[in-house]
Amino acid sequence: MFPAPVPARLLAALGLVVSVAACSSTPATTATPDTFSVWDPYPQFTAESEWVKTIEKCGTEAGVKIQRQAYDTTDLTSKVLLAAQQRTAPQVLVVDNPVVSTLVEAGVLKANSDVGLDAAQVSPNLVAAGTVEGQTYGVPIGANTLALYYNKAVLAAAGVDPASVKDWDSLNAALAKVKAAGKKGITFSAIGTEEGTFQFLPWFWGAGGKLTDLPSGKAALELWKSWLDNGYAPNSVVNNTQTTSWQEFATGEYAFAENGTWQLGNAKKAGFEYGVIPVPGRTGGTAPAPTGGEFVTVPVQDNKDTEAKAGRIASCLTAPDKVLAADTALTYISAVPSVQQQQVSAQADLAVWVEAVKNAKGRTGDNLGTKYPKISQPLWGAVQAALTGAKAPEAALRDAQAAVK
Amino acid sequence: MRARLAGWAFLVPLVAYLVGCYAYPLFTNVDLSIRGYTVRSFVHGGAPLVGFANYAGVFGDPTFRTALVNTVLFTLVSLFFQYTIGLAAALFFARGFRLSATLRALFLVPWLLPLIVSASTWAWLLNSESGLVNAALKVVGLGPVNWLTSPDWSLVSVTIANIWIGIPFNLVVLYSGLQNIPREVHEASALDGASGWQTFWHVTFPLLRPVSAITLLLGLVYTLKVFDVIWIMTKGGPSGSSTTLATWSYELGFGNMLPRFGPSAAVGNVLILIAVVAGLLYIRLQRRQELA
Repeated sequence: MFPAPVPARLLAALGLVVSVAACSSTPATTATPDTFSVWDPYPQFTAESEWVKTIEKCGTEAGVKIQRQAYDTTDLTSKVLLAAQQRTAPQVLVVDNPVVSTLVEAGVLKANSDVGLDAAQVSPNLVAAGTVEGQTYGVPIGANTLALYYNKAVLAAAGVDPASVKDWDSLNAALAKVKAAGKKGITFSAIGTEEGTFQFLPWFWGAGGKLTDLPSGKAALELWKSWLDNGYAPNSVVNNTQTTSWQEFATGEYAFAENGTWQLGNAKKAGFEYGVIPVPGRTGGTAPAPTGGEFVTVPVQDNKDTEAKAGRIASCLTAPDKVLAADTALTYISAVPSVQQQQVSAQADLAVWVEAVKNAKGRTGDNLGTKYPKISQPLWGAVQAALTGAKAPEAALRDAQAAVK
Repeated sequence: MRARLAGWAFLVPLVAYLVGCYAYPLFTNVDLSIRGYTVRSFVHGGAPLVGFANYAGVFGDPTFRTALVNTVLFTLVSLFFQYTIGLAAALFFARGFRLSATLRALFLVPWLLPLIVSASTWAWLLNSESGLVNAALKVVGLGPVNWLTSPDWSLVSVTIANIWIGIPFNLVVLYSGLQNIPREVHEASALDGASGWQTFWHVTFPLLRPVSAITLLLGLVYTLKVFDVIWIMTKGGPSGSSTTLATWSYELGFGNMLPRFGPSAAVGNVLILIAVVAGLLYIRLQRRQELA
């Protein structure tokens, strides 16, 4: 903290020497290790969980021991990049789908064709997030997406039939009735992070917006802004994460909440009757919502044998017979159509989510890849600027488009 | 000769620690900031030297102005109130009365709480819909304020939270400084007929100056780099209105799926430079005081 003039220079020089020494000695392990490490973003799963047992089973089938490590999903990207830099990347990596293209760009992941992975059984709209220049990297373990939860009692008291909500006009009409009945309309998350963009996209895409031309989705931002202006949505949405937005809905005061598949477990505990409808498109139909959920991938290793074995473990983890347990535990929709049917027949209220997932779109799809994060950040900035009244919706989106480099 | 060698041997652990934990990371950060890193070259090496391009990019970014102004406002306002409230509380407790030790201990609570707890609590208190503060405003007949979701208020809100967190530190240091002022000085000024205010202004405050200087300097360095409180409460938002250099640096490096290590390191280094300049100023002031 306090600068000491002469020693500082000496220390800097020493630091240089140390760093040069560190760079020249790269570890050269060519033998296949006995223990494979698997990283995932599911810290909620303990060693006794079905998920961890499945990983171990898949390891045994491939003839290796498994060392599983769970990280918080926001930490995982930088952890993997650092590990890859130090050549200590895990053999199998389960990672959030929009991150896949970044890791491909970084040269961290192996293409499926190189390691014997196959995503053919998975719906094409879900694989899109992992496809870069014709090559696919990894297989989705499952998918989640966004829809509108509604509170049955609040809608009934306001005289709204949820089935009547088919487009933006009917949704606005429903919100007006709810407000007139003295309840709160809708809550969502417009926070200044990826979550905010994630929540905005169904409306943006539902208005016919294109991520390569942000002002094309201005109707969506005008819709959100009008909800705040009319008092249909609380001002707190500007700082809401999806979790705090859910907590607002869980108070039972709100008619609608835009939230994800992963809240189904909490919805059952909320203490009131709820239903789910897809996010409507501007003029009707189901708006494409962004896909959430992770890919099972194989990071680059020092030898082909290790990569092939890792590929076998990844195949095993995403095999239709194994993946159902993981998807059930995560409350995800399976990425495999046949497994989706199994899920719906076991639990009929999942049908609406299966529909939503079928209509969903990968954020990094349309060949956006690593361009997506550069678009997403100005976009959430524009949403915040418009909702707080700092800029008009159209101007905010125009400025955001100008900021995309 | 032998004694000399032994002397050097005793120095080795300290030097190794300084090099490993300070010099090397600092060097790496400077290196990051003058190279054009992409995610690919971060992993595989070979990022080209780009000189000051990252710095130029950062200085030219419209966010830089906002972040710099916010950092200065956040730091100065925080320091002013932390110091004055801390000093007032220290003077109050210095008089010594029943329960003063207990009360002083209670004052330390903000300091003892993990930042994630205090920042989340503040975020909850200041929530525009369900927050306690707005509920209280309503009781006294005032309209709600969008503390965290209005660009006009977000910086004020995080500053208030930060002041609250920083008061105990100022209280503790200034209190111990007050204890070190000899009692006779106060007695002498009382005998000379000085009023309470005169005693404070002409006796206590000048004698407290060295302690005040170090308190303010430590507070400055600490406040410049405050990140958690702001990130937890507002994420630097809405739309950048509470972004400081610290949160911006984090946002560039880790807040996005595509990390921009170069610009992030550049912002970090600017922050370090500001702290170093403050440190040098302090040393200079101290020297002048010693000479005087």
